[in-house]
Amino acid sequence: MSDVVEKTLTALPSLLSLDSQPGAAKLSSTSKLGNLIRGITELTSKHEEEKLIHRELASIKEQVSSPNTSMRQMKELMVRAIYCESLGYEASFSYIHAIKLAQQGTGLEKRVGYLAVSLFLNENHELLLLLVNTVLKDLQSTNLIEVCMALTVVSQMFPKDMIPAILPLVEEKLNHPKEIIRRKAVLALYKFYLIAPNQVQHIHNKFRKALCDKDPGVMTASLHIYLQMIQENAEGYKDLTASFVSILKQVVGGKLPIDFNYHSVPAPWLQIQLIRILSLLGKNDQRTSEIMYEVLDESLRRAEMNHNITYAILYECVKCIYTIHPKSDLLEKAAKCIGNFVLSPKINLKYLGLKALTYVIQQDPKLALQHQMTIIECLDHPDLIIKRETLELLFRITNTQNVVVIVEKMLEFLRMSTDDYTTIDLVGKVAELAEKYPSDCVCFSYKNYTYAPDNEWFIETMNTVFSLSGDTMQPDIPNSFLKLLSEGFESVEEDRKLRLFAVDSYVTLLKGETGKLPQFFLQVISWVLGEYSHLSEELKPATVLELLQKLLDRKQTSSETKSWALMAMTKLCEGRAGVSVAQQVSETYISSMDTVLRQRAQELQHLSQDSELRARVLPRDADLEPLEVDSSLSFLDGFVSEALAAGAAPYKPPHQRQEELSQAKVLSLEPYGLSLPISMSSCSIADRQSPTLLSMSSGLSGDSTDLSHKGGSTTLKFEGVKRVWGKEGYLAQKESVEEAVQVEAPSPLRSTSQQAEVVGSHSQTPTLTPTPEPEQEKQQLASSLFFGISSQSSVCLMGKSGPTPQRFRRKAKGQSSSSGATEQMSNSVVFTSTTVDNLLCNNPPDSTITSEVDVSSSKHTSELPQGLTAANGTCDIEAELTDSDLKGSSPPLSGDNGLENADPDPHENLDKPQGVCLSSHLPAELSGLCRSEITPLCTLQNLDLSACHVHREDTIVLVVFITNSSDSAVQHIRLDLDSELLEVSCVSESPAKDVRSVAVYLYSLTVRRPAVHVELAGTVSYQVPVGTPQTAQFSYKLPLTAFIRPLTVSTEEYGTMWLAFSHDTKQNLTLINDGQEPLVATLNVLRKKLQLHVVEVIGVEGILACKLLQDQPCLMHFRVHEGALAVWLRSPVPDLPDCLIYHCQRALQEH
Amino acid sequence: MIKFVLMVNRQGQTRLSRYYERVEVTRRAALEADVVRCCLSRKKEQCSFVDHRDVRLVYRQYAALYIVVGVTDTENELSIYELIHNFVEVLDKYFSRVVSSDPINQPTNQPTSHQSCVCVCVCVFVSLQSELDIMFNLERVHVILDEMIQNGHVVETNKSRVLAPLHALTKMADAS
Repeated sequence: MSDVVEKTLTALPSLLSLDSQPGAAKLSSTSKLGNLIRGITELTSKHEEEKLIHRELASIKEQVSSPNTSMRQMKELMVRAIYCESLGYEASFSYIHAIKLAQQGTGLEKRVGYLAVSLFLNENHELLLLLVNTVLKDLQSTNLIEVCMALTVVSQMFPKDMIPAILPLVEEKLNHPKEIIRRKAVLALYKFYLIAPNQVQHIHNKFRKALCDKDPGVMTASLHIYLQMIQENAEGYKDLTASFVSILKQVVGGKLPIDFNYHSVPAPWLQIQLIRILSLLGKNDQRTSEIMYEVLDESLRRAEMNHNITYAILYECVKCIYTIHPKSDLLEKAAKCIGNFVLSPKINLKYLGLKALTYVIQQDPKLALQHQMTIIECLDHPDLIIKRETLELLFRITNTQNVVVIVEKMLEFLRMSTDDYTTIDLVGKVAELAEKYPSDCVCFSYKNYTYAPDNEWFIETMNTVFSLSGDTMQPDIPNSFLKLLSEGFESVEEDRKLRLFAVDSYVTLLKGETGKLPQFFLQVISWVLGEYSHLSEELKPATVLELLQKLLDRKQTSSETKSWALMAMTKLCEGRAGVSVAQQVSETYISSMDTVLRQRAQELQHLSQDSELRARVLPRDADLEPLEVDSSLSFLDGFVSEALAAGAAPYKPPHQRQEELSQAKVLSLEPYGLSLPISMSSCSIADRQSPTLLSMSSGLSGDSTDLSHKGGSTTLKFEGVKRVWGKEGYLAQKESVEEAVQVEAPSPLRSTSQQAEVVGSHSQTPTLTPTPEPEQEKQQLASSLFFGISSQSSVCLMGKSGPTPQRFRRKAKGQSSSSGATEQMSNSVVFTSTTVDNLLCNNPPDSTITSEVDVSSSKHTSELPQGLTAANGTCDIEAELTDSDLKGSSPPLSGDNGLENADPDPHENLDKPQGVCLSSHLPAELSGLCRSEITPLCTLQNLDLSACHVHREDTIVLVVFITNSSDSAVQHIRLDLDSELLEVSCVSESPAKDVRSVAVYLYSLTVRRPAVHVELAGTVSYQVPVGTPQTAQFSYKLPLTAFIRPLTVSTEEYGTMWLAFSHDTKQNLTLINDGQEPLVATLNVLRKKLQLHVVEVIGVEGILACKLLQDQPCLMHFRVHEGALAVWLRSPVPDLPDCLIYHCQRALQEH
Repeated sequence: MIKFVLMVNRQGQTRLSRYYERVEVTRRAALEADVVRCCLSRKKEQCSFVDHRDVRLVYRQYAALYIVVGVTDTENELSIYELIHNFVEVLDKYFSRVVSSDPINQPTNQPTSHQSCVCVCVCVFVSLQSELDIMFNLERVHVILDEMIQNGHVVETNKSRVLAPLHALTKMADAS
């Protein structure tokens, strides 16, 4: 048998001519397949086809399972099943029979069996395993045809896990004397390499042997593997460059047997494959590139024959030449080649030329100039694909000067496009361009319009994009657009104009027919109107409300859009009319089935009635300050813990609920998936063991914030938003002309006539011969399209293969005025506490603060006399100080900071001796301890009151110094201290009732109720020997941190305490990133500044503990999450966690 | 890379389909219908390449039969365009004797140049009858295609080598 086959293979050519009646004819048209095909062909309706196929499949099914069916019949049935499947009717019952046929059939029957398997099954189908044995057997067969068949199916599909079982057999075939077997073995190995590269790692040398095989077919097969491997790692195969080059040389030189020719071109597909490999090897590698210059030149020369296939080779050559290290004469030839392509009257060639041009333009944008007129013609080509490819090309050569025209062309195409896929793609590109190019560019004329990307252009372009895209748009486009609008640009005035323009244009749109506007667009409109319609003076909120209400009433409006509209109304419901509209609308939606809508309606109702709350919740221009989204919904924790305490089951995220439900095998609640209570109650009360378990509540919050992300404008994410759109004014038209002329001149590639045209169109030189009208128009278009391309600096190319360009790039932004202002503002807000803290830590305040201190202290001193002259007894300065304290605009207490401040300011020098003196009066037991700076409290005639607080381990001691600067003694001094928040107990009083120099009073303080800062109010009264009794009031403020001490607990204790505490708060803090591990660094700062105890740090989590004097613990749980520090504080004391969070934030901000 | 090869007639009926990327059987019919509509709507003077969603279609018409190849956009369309023709020439080489019983095709039995090749191909597919001849030998067309394209790559274009296994099989069948 095998002898016969061997003979067959060797004698193929002769057989071809001798065999006058091949088997092909045996299948007559009267066969059952023939009948089926005829039947199908004659049918006219889909319904009839269905009926016929189902009948057919039923009959096939019956026959295949009958034991009497012969293999010959089985083969015939299989072909019919293949046909049925190719018509889209599944014939899965026949799969197993296909495998059986491959196993039991012979010759063509077996082949059909294998064929059916490869058509029916996919790589992962389980039935494929049943084929392994058959393949194994056939690979070992002496019948070469069977070996061939087995190798063919293996190279089409094979279960990955079973490769080792047959790999040795396939490898063995690499040495087979017959080329066809060797070739198929290489292809099988290629398949193995594709699905499991590791499995064939060890036989790479055999691939090399295959590459050097004396048979061109085997060599060709090995190129598939090499192309793949070189794509993955070009470096590893540079040494083979010379081999590939010499193979290509031989092929091009016609050294292959004549039957490899296709239309007299030697092995064209092989040539293409080789050129692709070379371009991968030569990319960014001059030395390797040099090896291939000659053969590429040869290929270019040989491929001059006028046939499609030679053009296909040329195209590959051109691409290669522009990919590898450039060589000028080759580039020139390639450029000429592209020229021939694009100018060809043959449409297929023109297309290929454009495609090549699109590719090479990334390397050499000037080439676009050479062919600009052709490109213009292609833009208006009746064939859409040519147009599309041209747009693709233009997309890659956009710069600030031509973006408007190119975008216009793209929009033109979009308007005609009916295909969703194209629309989505193009919309994305237009949006990218519109937002990428700032408006600070040149004006130019085209068709008597002045085109410049400015505000109006941007908004109008985006309007068109939104209206054209339908609802198929990628959702990031409207999102980014809104971010862009809200973030604003460099100039506040421009921002206002842009927003105003958007508002005006949207109002006009809403007043017209809204039926065709896509939902995405309506959402954008709603948001913008809600946020910015107040910018328009002539636009009344009532008008906008009315428009939004109209939108809500429309049936086609989706509920998501409605919630955007409701949100916008919430921002706008001002005045009586507004409130009444709001009430009316919220009435309608408050009972909506859609929970999001219902929530929005609720919000609208409540906020419209409480304008103060509304102003706080939805502040205007809130966009200046980054919003911190509390994604953990920590503000609900109290509610949750109450509910938990009342016996509610802890929250479980939906997936966990589903899992548990399916495990419990209870009735599926799928249809009621949305109703939370049911599934909640069905959950068991899970054990409450650790913070991590409880933190599941954040799963819930995650979900709900997601919803609000979609629905609410206030939750827009601002992090990572890049902005690009800006405006710095336009260059005058004159300049543009000059630039154009300049630009054209240095271009060497351009023919003189073209140059004249372009220059002419710009400068309108009178020497220009008049051209017919349409021609001129084209030239104008050309000049606007290719503007600035040859000036290297302004060229902006968008790499095709490069990473996807980021939509919305941020402009290089210095200290923009707005953010600078915010910073300053926040600085001043924190100021009071900063100074207090600085005092507390005995650190000299930093330079900015001192400078301000200087100013205010000078003011302070200048005001002193006034205060003193006010003889009503109470100290005015005090009042003023507290006042300014509240305002936070000037530093209240640090003005006269004493000894520790090294500032040589003269005003402070006055106080310095005093500071020295006072500190020396500190009681001995307090002198070594950490204390705050001594601050003046008030001054009364001859009496100065100062105070400081001293940190002791178990208490805080307030020390009040009363200094008598006069000679006469002061009598009957009475000092009363009082505080809502503090318990004050007197520790010791200066024994002397008469104070001559300094009297010291000590008080021990305990916190009654935590607050961020605790304040003491005091009254001092005294008598001087001659005169009336005097009283003065003062106040003293301490930060809560003064009362915080580390709490040493073990992790276990921490765990038990954690569960016992009911008051908690959560927040995200910023991590400190200064080189070392951020978590550790951050915790260290907090530990030092706030006096905390670090219990344990594990991975990204850390737990800390502290106590508020005396014994009120607070536990802190820190977790690094997405670059932020999620903090969770728990304490039995109400308000304590909140206050501590505040100080944590402060501490990190100051760091 | 080649994603699929389709043979469809002018009525939009699929004659042969081969996918090199996984597409569910149930989705194929819809895809094929779209592809056919896409190609049928094209005019003669238009480009032989057209986009359908993310697939670039390269198609050639032979009388009533369209051969459509779906490729990725990194593929060299013109080489695929010629590959289709090579495939048709191979089919012609194999089936020419089958249809040679038809007197019209008698003289074009031995193609020698490019011109006559085209002629033959047109003849092969000129009538519904010859289209059906291809259909009646569906499995053989598949075998030929499998020799030429595997895993979306062109693996053999040498006509005699493409046909060798099939001829051997036929020979074997005749011998047994």
